[in-house]
Amino acid sequence: MALQSLDIRRRSASPTPAPLVRENVTEVAKLIDVASCTGCKACQVACSEWNDLRAEVGHNVGVYDNPADLSAQAWTVIRFNETTENGKLEWLIRKDGCMHCADPGCLKACPSPGAIIQYSNGIVDFQEENCIGCGYCIAGCPFNVPRLNPVDSKAYKCTLCSDRVAVGQEPACAKTCPTGAIHFGSKDEMRDLAAKRVAGLKQRGYANAGLYDPQGVGGTHVMYVLHHADQPRLYSNLPHEPQISPVVALWKGLLKPLSTVGIAAAGLFGFFHYITVGPNRAEEHEEADE
Amino acid sequence: MQMNRRQFFKVCASSMATSSIAMLGLAPATAFADVRQYKLLRATETRNTCPYCSVGCGLLMYSLGDGALNAKARIFHIEGDPDHPVSRGSLCPKGSGLVDFIHSPNRLTQPQYRAAGSDAWQTISWEDAFKRIARLMKADRDANLVTTNAEGVTVNRWVSTGFLAASASSNESGILTQKVTRSLGMLAVDAQARVCHAPTVSALAASFGRGGMTNSWVDIKNADVILVMGGNAAEAHPVGFKWAMQARHERNAKLVVIDPRLNRTAAVADLYAPIRTGSDIVFLGGVINWLIANDKIHWDYVRAYTNASAIVGAQYRFDEGLFAGYNPQTRKYDRAAWQYQREEGGMMATDPSLQNPRCVWQLLKTHYARYTPECVEELCGTPKAAFLQVCALLGSTAQPDRVATVLYALGWTQHTTGVQIIRTMAMIQLLLGNIGMAGGGVNALRGHSNIQGLSDLGLLSTSLPGYMTLPTEKDVDLNTWLHNNTPAALQSGQMNYWQNTPKFFVSLMKWFWGDAARADNEWGYQWLPKWDKSYDVLQSVELMRSGAMNGYICQGFNPLAAFPDKTRTSEALARLKYLVVIDPLATETSTFWQNHGEHNDVKPADIQTEVFRLPSTCFAEEDGAIVNSARWLQWHWKGADAPGEARSDQEIMAGLFLTLRELYRQEGGKLPEPLLNLAWPYANPENPTSAELAQEMNGKALADVPDPANAGQFLAHKGEQLPGFAALQADGSTSSACWIFAGSWTQAGNQMARRDNTDSGCGNTPGWAWAWPANRRILYNRASADPQGKPWDMHRALIHWNGEKWVGADVPDYKIDAAPSARMGPFIMNAEGVGRLYAVDKLVDGPFPEHYEPMESPLPNNPLHPAVSHSPTVRLFAGDKARLGTAEHFPYVGTTYRLTEHFLFWTKNSRLNAIAQPEQFVEIGESLAHEKGIAQGDMVKVSSQRGFIRAKAVVTKRISALQVGGRTLHQIGIPLHWGFEGQTQPGFLTNTLPPAVGDSNTFTPEYKSFLVNVEKA
Repeated sequence: MALQSLDIRRRSASPTPAPLVRENVTEVAKLIDVASCTGCKACQVACSEWNDLRAEVGHNVGVYDNPADLSAQAWTVIRFNETTENGKLEWLIRKDGCMHCADPGCLKACPSPGAIIQYSNGIVDFQEENCIGCGYCIAGCPFNVPRLNPVDSKAYKCTLCSDRVAVGQEPACAKTCPTGAIHFGSKDEMRDLAAKRVAGLKQRGYANAGLYDPQGVGGTHVMYVLHHADQPRLYSNLPHEPQISPVVALWKGLLKPLSTVGIAAAGLFGFFHYITVGPNRAEEHEEADE
Repeated sequence: MQMNRRQFFKVCASSMATSSIAMLGLAPATAFADVRQYKLLRATETRNTCPYCSVGCGLLMYSLGDGALNAKARIFHIEGDPDHPVSRGSLCPKGSGLVDFIHSPNRLTQPQYRAAGSDAWQTISWEDAFKRIARLMKADRDANLVTTNAEGVTVNRWVSTGFLAASASSNESGILTQKVTRSLGMLAVDAQARVCHAPTVSALAASFGRGGMTNSWVDIKNADVILVMGGNAAEAHPVGFKWAMQARHERNAKLVVIDPRLNRTAAVADLYAPIRTGSDIVFLGGVINWLIANDKIHWDYVRAYTNASAIVGAQYRFDEGLFAGYNPQTRKYDRAAWQYQREEGGMMATDPSLQNPRCVWQLLKTHYARYTPECVEELCGTPKAAFLQVCALLGSTAQPDRVATVLYALGWTQHTTGVQIIRTMAMIQLLLGNIGMAGGGVNALRGHSNIQGLSDLGLLSTSLPGYMTLPTEKDVDLNTWLHNNTPAALQSGQMNYWQNTPKFFVSLMKWFWGDAARADNEWGYQWLPKWDKSYDVLQSVELMRSGAMNGYICQGFNPLAAFPDKTRTSEALARLKYLVVIDPLATETSTFWQNHGEHNDVKPADIQTEVFRLPSTCFAEEDGAIVNSARWLQWHWKGADAPGEARSDQEIMAGLFLTLRELYRQEGGKLPEPLLNLAWPYANPENPTSAELAQEMNGKALADVPDPANAGQFLAHKGEQLPGFAALQADGSTSSACWIFAGSWTQAGNQMARRDNTDSGCGNTPGWAWAWPANRRILYNRASADPQGKPWDMHRALIHWNGEKWVGADVPDYKIDAAPSARMGPFIMNAEGVGRLYAVDKLVDGPFPEHYEPMESPLPNNPLHPAVSHSPTVRLFAGDKARLGTAEHFPYVGTTYRLTEHFLFWTKNSRLNAIAQPEQFVEIGESLAHEKGIAQGDMVKVSSQRGFIRAKAVVTKRISALQVGGRTLHQIGIPLHWGFEGQTQPGFLTNTLPPAVGDSNTFTPEYKSFLVNVEKA
């Protein structure tokens, strides 16, 4: 069952507004409670299973992280970090993958019409058949998530299981999570649940527990509950205050449409001037004859 | 349409402008986008149960085709069953990757044969395989079956061929295996329980009366304190651990982890304390001492429901590490010295005031007074402050409305003192009043998906189905066996359920031999093999090494990888005449004769063992029931055919048996009667169905069974399925293959296939599947109410006395109409009726747990009693003494364990799991790594007296150096999942390192505590 065009909020390289008549679409979100994650990687495996992805069998690189990084064949990975906070050794484990930003840097950066879509429910999805493999989405992502596939030169990332969500199911990772560290639902309800989990953490002595829903990218549709929300970098370098790179923001946000229109206008002006204004003087005479 | 020239040019210009803008990518083009097509829409959905661990998660398997005859089903996706009360849609990384297990390139598709000395497989037909194997088996049996022992007692045992039964196979395969192997007289029959949870059964049965996990997975959510020790639930049982997290989130429960490593469970714990592996009894004995010293005892519970008041006979004593009755020559105790003092009529003497110096309470107090917090710190390396925090948390549950649960697994069982470690915890939970309570218990998290079932079915050397003991050669006739196995009550008014043993046993014999089992031939008693000693896995390897065992059949078991001291196992297998491997996958055992470089450095030409490899189906390709850790028998359904020529274990067992029986029919041979008389009433003798076998386990009436309570009424009519074990008879009028499963397939149909997940209270779902015994979900639930029948805690009410009978959320584990005034105890399987703080004679190594050092210890001696440092009754063969190392050469302590991404040696055959954890590694603490110059990701060599492995180094803060016995001690963590077959990077079999020494009671090997050295490779 395909989503209809009316369920699209934004489309890369397409400045005309999408149809916006349907208002009652539920905005969805995935909440990852890092403090409940044991790093079992069920989400990783379920993701690859559902999406029919198989990364290479790699090597141990001295840590539990495998695959060691995201790739076109690994859309989510678990990252482990050992740190001592307040005199207590902590093993901080974070599921990494697309954050489905409300203001997606990838979509902004993408020059290919319709290669990146944001649906009304908040999911940011790549349409690989429209992808030209330029890699701008990677530069545009403040979380360093999309990856180019060397085989077909197209970019890939988590779809938030848009195919499952489209038929009313939860994403594969959220369904399978054994400890309830991953939840899926409406963004409002995920915020409420996060508030409960944060309160629980504070009660357990994590004074700086909090929700990670960074406003620099307009908020995200994948949010984290962190024990140390004041130090997101502890979680394998989760950005502190992520922003779309100013270059992309300026170029794609303001300059691109302006300059595109400017270039087009300059070229066209000359041409149209030639065919409309150019011969005009001669024709005045003819007009007068009518 | 009229248009002047100027207008015409304007139109042309504007349309050109529009298309130019469109060309520049600014078009308001049709905004099409598509999500990926939903791939399950009309796929066939089949329900099944995960075949890995014992949580027993529900699976939805999706296969190609909608069931049409012309469509060939192929499973292409598996996800969790959201209706399942335990898993609620979740699967761990292993379950999530099942589709790659089913379709692994390492699946076997054809029977194969490897000739003696050959370096290659050849394909053979099933018929040839059966003929050749049956011929080898018959030759060995006819030559070596022992009909009478030296004293002239009929023993009819065949111990020169062994059999390992598959713990992921269904109950139905298991019971057929039991039937075939015992009818042949085999004693060297064992299942994975031997190398994992056998100590659980011994310890828990000795304490509470039954050997199973006391509570259920979902019930963990009712706990206030969750202690994870001797296990790593988040890692090994991730989906069951869901309910521990639920307790944390919903009731603010405290999660405590005690382990040598800060493991994945500890990552989310409130309190983590490190411990030296193998010192658990010191820690837990210290807890007992602390509870007594600080009066954190649930006194009403202890007085009413334990044997604290029992008076112990005058012979009992404990002195310098030895209990009374020790014989240093035989290295055994005479357990008569540990008996209760008896009153007239054989009842145990008691002192309800608990003041008698010989009463259990006083002896207990004295015994554990030595286990001080200082002693714990000194021997365990656990900081005293952390130990006291744990004590305080546990002690907080001594009050009736707070409950602690404990989750453990092989971190306790796989020690030379495994049984006694678990016993210590059982005692703590009795002292706190946490047994029988919702949210309490001693929860053994079993390993394999059906190892609980195989334990229930008695697929262990000296067992019979339903936890009856196979006759020993001292049980010269049926009456002697019945006398020795039918206990008398030790207090008046007790249920003492084992008084019904004759009913269970005769019904079992009727199943074995049908009409040939008659009262005048002791129901076929003499056809059962009689044992002189346990033929467990360590013993079997010892027999192979000495040339006394010629054949070995491994059904879904990979002993080369699973047994300790791989080199010893490999040499033993090489001395066999024949080896048969029945498995869905290519295992290291099946290719033990192949050279794989340093991973398996053997010369095929030197190995004269004939090897057969028979492909079997896996869970997805068969119907049947498996039993999860919480004793739930869950039925599953076939989703697709097996690849190639693979056959089910049932069909393979039937094929082997029928071929053998035909040989005996035609040629005669030694003791053919048990084979020829074996009941084989299956519609298709070559392939007994799971439904037929499941019905046999439940049992049926062979004649009308009158109801003793209602004259003229019947419990069952002839030919009917029995309603439960209460209908079993000792006169041959009933047949049942496993009495505890009676009730699982009644006249009302298959109870194991039920799928009503309604919560009847406290998370109990009595309408989901079926649990033994009698669909009870929380064992000993009578103890959840006080002696008057009122729940200790109304928020945890399981059952209560309503004036006429016991009612509530769970099926009462009790006589349903026994009024509280009758003073019947809640532990109905115990002859005392109460839980045992003092184990009397139930265990071979002492009525109270005592700490002994592992056989390879980093300490010069055991400070508690230097003259008796190690367990005086440990299982150690003379030849293996030299295979033990010393701290001088191997200064570090090694411990093996599982990772959550893998299941033993199976998932390395699944690509998805190989990706998640691809290569062998060991974990080394930062300080030791620094000392040795080992960096993260370096290759290291870890060696013990028995061999070495090479692996990547994971250098971690999570293993801290401990201060033990006044010196710094380093522990090395050694995960066990790699080998020379599979989809992962090739590796060493980890069990090259641990020693072949075993627990005193169960002979379960020590995998958790041994000495190693580590160096940069």
